Amino acid sequence: MLILECPYCGVKADETELSPGYEAHLKRFGPGASPEEFEAYMFARKNPKGVHFERWRHTYGCGKWFLAARCTATLEVFGTYPAQVSEPPADIIAKIQARRPGWTPDWKAPK
Amino acid sequence: MSDPVSALNGASFNGFATIREIGPLGMITLRAKGVKALDKAVKSVTGTKLAAPRRIEINGDRACGWMSPDEYLLVVPYAEVTAALASLAKALAGEHYLAVDVSDARAIFRVEGDKAADVLRKLAPVDFEALEPGELRRTRAAQVAAAMWAEGGGFTVVCFRSVAGYVMGLLTHSAQRGSEL
Repeated sequence: MLILECPYCGVKADETELSPGYEAHLKRFGPGASPEEFEAYMFARKNPKGVHFERWRHTYGCGKWFLAARCTATLEVFGTYPAQVSEPPADIIAKIQARRPGWTPDWKAPK
Repeated sequence: MSDPVSALNGASFNGFATIREIGPLGMITLRAKGVKALDKAVKSVTGTKLAAPRRIEINGDRACGWMSPDEYLLVVPYAEVTAALASLAKALAGEHYLAVDVSDARAIFRVEGDKAADVLRKLAPVDFEALEPGELRRTRAAQVAAAMWAEGGGFTVVCFRSVAGYVMGLLTHSAQRGSEL
């Protein structure tokens, strides 16, 4: 049983109260993008064994979308955070690195 | 004007807890966020303060519940909904908000008795030991959305009117004598 705490209402909601929204932090490529970029946006998804960022919706509760960082291998949840960010906040990354010392973000830090 | 009729015409069941369909109850969905006059507008309708996250403020037959960061549930007597909407419109004039009468879209149940929580425990993934007094919990009852809160020695359960029969069936089955937890 996967239990995620909704960052909006603070309910520790079990999986059956939530709807999955798959991979988080996708960058949209729309009109004007190259076919390769659009294909990657449309179809290419990460499928890591380990740390993964996902979208979830608190369907049966407040109805809001939020993001979760969890491990696909152990189902350990590192944390959840509101969806109005383009990449995971620093405290979530710190929590992940405390539990998975070898793990580093695979995106470039903004300049 | 025709008389308002609740979804199941006040059906009831006596098991190890009592299930009663109550209503019709006046309900208003109020959506607004970051609106200054919201406290006053809600107070003018329910006489309570604006509910904090996950709370419900009850004042007799009126209440204000927190449904989501931008949504509140206002409970008023059925006959006063029109007046309440007018009062909201006056208090929130010019602000970005939405208030809709949803009284007839809902069914309301009371689950009463010492073991009322057991009836709901079987239906919803909620830790009733951790549910605080005055906490409004939106969750599911088996397969449908429901909201519930503890009130006056029992629980009030709100669901959509279209699934009232289903929820009554659930509660009835769950409250059968001999099936206490």
